[in-house]
Amino acid sequence: MSSENAYFVPHDAKWPIIGSIGLMLFFGGFAAQLNNMPSSSIVMTIGFLVLVYMMFGWFGEVINESESGSYKSNEDASFRVGMIWFIFSEVMFFAAFFGALYYIRTFSVPWIGGIGAGSVTNEYLWSSFEAMWPTNGPDNIGGDYQKMGPWGLPAINTLILLTSGVTVTWAHWGLIANKRKQLIFGLALTVILGFIFVALQALEYSHGYNDLNLTMASGVYGSTFYMLTGFHGFHVTVGAIMLAVMLVRSMKGHFTPENHFAFEATAWYWHFVDVVWLGLFVFVYWL
Amino acid sequence: MATVTDLHDDHHDHGPAKGLMRWVTTTNHKDIGTLYLIFALVMFMVGGAMAMVIRLELFQPGLQFVDPGFFNQMTTVHALVMIFGGVMPAFVGLANWMLPIMIGGPDMALPRMNNWSFWILPFAFAMLLGTFFMDGGAPAGGWTLYPPLVLQGGDGFSFMIFAIHMMGISSVMGAINVIVTILNMRAPGMTLMKMPLFVWTWFITAYLLIAVMPVLAGAVTMLLTDRFYDTTFFSAAGGGDPVLFQHIFWFFGHPEVYILILPAFGVISAIIPTFARKPLFGYSSMVYATSSIAFLSFIVWAHHMFTVGLPLQAELFFMYATMLIAVPTGVKVFNWISTMWKGSLTFETPMLFAIGFVIMFTIGGFSGLMLAIAPADFQYHDTYFVVAHFHYVLVTGAVYSIMASVYYWIPKWTGNMYSEKMGQWHFWLSTISVNILFFPQHFLGLAGMPRRIPDYSVQFAEFNMWSSIGGFAFGLSQVFFCYIVYKTIKGGEKATDQVWEGAEGLEWTLSSPPPYHSFSKAPEIK
Repeated sequence: MSSENAYFVPHDAKWPIIGSIGLMLFFGGFAAQLNNMPSSSIVMTIGFLVLVYMMFGWFGEVINESESGSYKSNEDASFRVGMIWFIFSEVMFFAAFFGALYYIRTFSVPWIGGIGAGSVTNEYLWSSFEAMWPTNGPDNIGGDYQKMGPWGLPAINTLILLTSGVTVTWAHWGLIANKRKQLIFGLALTVILGFIFVALQALEYSHGYNDLNLTMASGVYGSTFYMLTGFHGFHVTVGAIMLAVMLVRSMKGHFTPENHFAFEATAWYWHFVDVVWLGLFVFVYWL
Repeated sequence: MATVTDLHDDHHDHGPAKGLMRWVTTTNHKDIGTLYLIFALVMFMVGGAMAMVIRLELFQPGLQFVDPGFFNQMTTVHALVMIFGGVMPAFVGLANWMLPIMIGGPDMALPRMNNWSFWILPFAFAMLLGTFFMDGGAPAGGWTLYPPLVLQGGDGFSFMIFAIHMMGISSVMGAINVIVTILNMRAPGMTLMKMPLFVWTWFITAYLLIAVMPVLAGAVTMLLTDRFYDTTFFSAAGGGDPVLFQHIFWFFGHPEVYILILPAFGVISAIIPTFARKPLFGYSSMVYATSSIAFLSFIVWAHHMFTVGLPLQAELFFMYATMLIAVPTGVKVFNWISTMWKGSLTFETPMLFAIGFVIMFTIGGFSGLMLAIAPADFQYHDTYFVVAHFHYVLVTGAVYSIMASVYYWIPKWTGNMYSEKMGQWHFWLSTISVNILFFPQHFLGLAGMPRRIPDYSVQFAEFNMWSSIGGFAFGLSQVFFCYIVYKTIKGGEKATDQVWEGAEGLEWTLSSPPPYHSFSKAPEIK
């Protein structure tokens, strides 16, 4: 074994403990804030800033190591396998919320409406309730509301995300062919499309809250709608930030046609977020 | 790939750093393994103390020592601490220590992340245990967190949810690290089907962890929004369903119990061949059986919910799917016994714990089969029979395998032999007391005593007293275990590199204790 193939084992990792402290301050502050405990939002903010500091520091260190050539094919393979399994964990995270949606639409709402096993429940508790979708339940939780239709903003957002999937691939082709301009232009387009998506999503939420009376409290329709789209929107935001970092790195001259794991991982993540959106569009907005 | 370079230090001797910061900033898999194991032992004692409170209150009928609210906090947090703080970190610690060595790799694949996986845990448990001092006390709705009960807790509720999120982040990162290490760090020639079974079982465990920890995170997030943001996922008034939570929770929860036992299977499959001085019987069938169990674990979750009002078809499906698990599990037990058959057996402490595991885990498996029968479960559900069942598989199963592996590998870790005499005492004290503790609970359950209650009808008094006496004895035996571990770390007869005459595997080719960086050169795999 030549030492050129030696596996890189870093030493003296200070960022993890900083991350742990940040995580506890952030989550602890958040939990305290939910209970209206004093100065909890300050703790939460400090925790968030510590986490941001940790990410800058940790990723900065990794980028430096990468640029100085510490990572060879073996480290690269570790990162790739790790990223794939991380995305799998995210798939399962979304699966919990999609599963909740399917269960509610297929079982719980029809049962409350008296179908199958629920006939007695319906007769004694909610005899006036008829199963339908969307619904805010037999108690009309949150008051009357309107459904968020698929063919306005959501359809535009679908086009935006699909287009961004194309532009990020185009940027990748540029990177492989060592065409820096194509890389930077493609990435910039993707970042812009990503943030437009987030902005339109915010617009849609304000439309829902202000015009449709569709809120998180609008029964189970509002719950699933905001949980699924909100969780996805959060992921798009994170993905767009990741893409922005890749853009800055590309402009600084990072990445080579052979060695650009960070770019690819971000692209994978972006495609994953894209695919989840298609599921949302079909099952939350359309059907 | 198998040598280690250190691009930060100029000098090439890179032993451990000095002082406390060594443990905080370490990226060494052995250091992190040690941290995990010590953390698990501490949590085992914390959770054990709660169990002592439970057994003390149940020593006699009537309310003597604690009020019912506090009793419920004890049962809830005892479970959370033992599962997420005791057994899981103990196995991750074993994985950290042993996996890179067993596959002939230089370290874990993602060493910095490895450090973070561990260092999240003390903070997460500080948050969880901190809830005892808040308004309304610690969570008291049971570790299964069923709504609507759990939503009625005090201030501790939101802290518990975020503590669970932190444990989840830690577990997922740890599991990713394990998978990447196994896929990418094996020495040349270490093919998948040559890996020791402990590596295989951890590989599958890590897959289960990555698949289900995020599902738990999703479930508790919905609890959080139901309580604080007016969503109605688990409220029928808004069109949701409290049973939905049970489905999501047990979709996590059932694979979770295999997460707690599969690494145990791997440990036992290492120890029994060593002390039988025979290779493991049916290696490849062990691999396939483990994979089958992992697959089946995803399609049996509703057997925890037989009495909740499922459609008949669901009851039948989940009943038969659950019984199917007995097949691969039976293959494993058969293989362990066949390994011992006509072997040159000796009964050192690790082997005693391993045999204790095989016998008592099988008892727990059989009571599990009884519970799998849906019509019978209507009688057993939420009784002490269930408590007896899962303590047989988790205490005399998972915990026994951890004890076995500590005795098996501690000479390798510390370079010192433990006191065989004390180890034998520990085994027999534990085994007698644990059966006095849990066996009567079968009878209590069959007679109808419900679980999670601080008081009970007088006809249950005698068995409960026996159970409590066994509980106190078992608790004391584990204090003795701590002493044995402490004493072995401090000193003792020097261990040889081989340690056990019949032991095979790469860990025994290294010195005892092994060098700070295990394989500076990739070992040759035969």
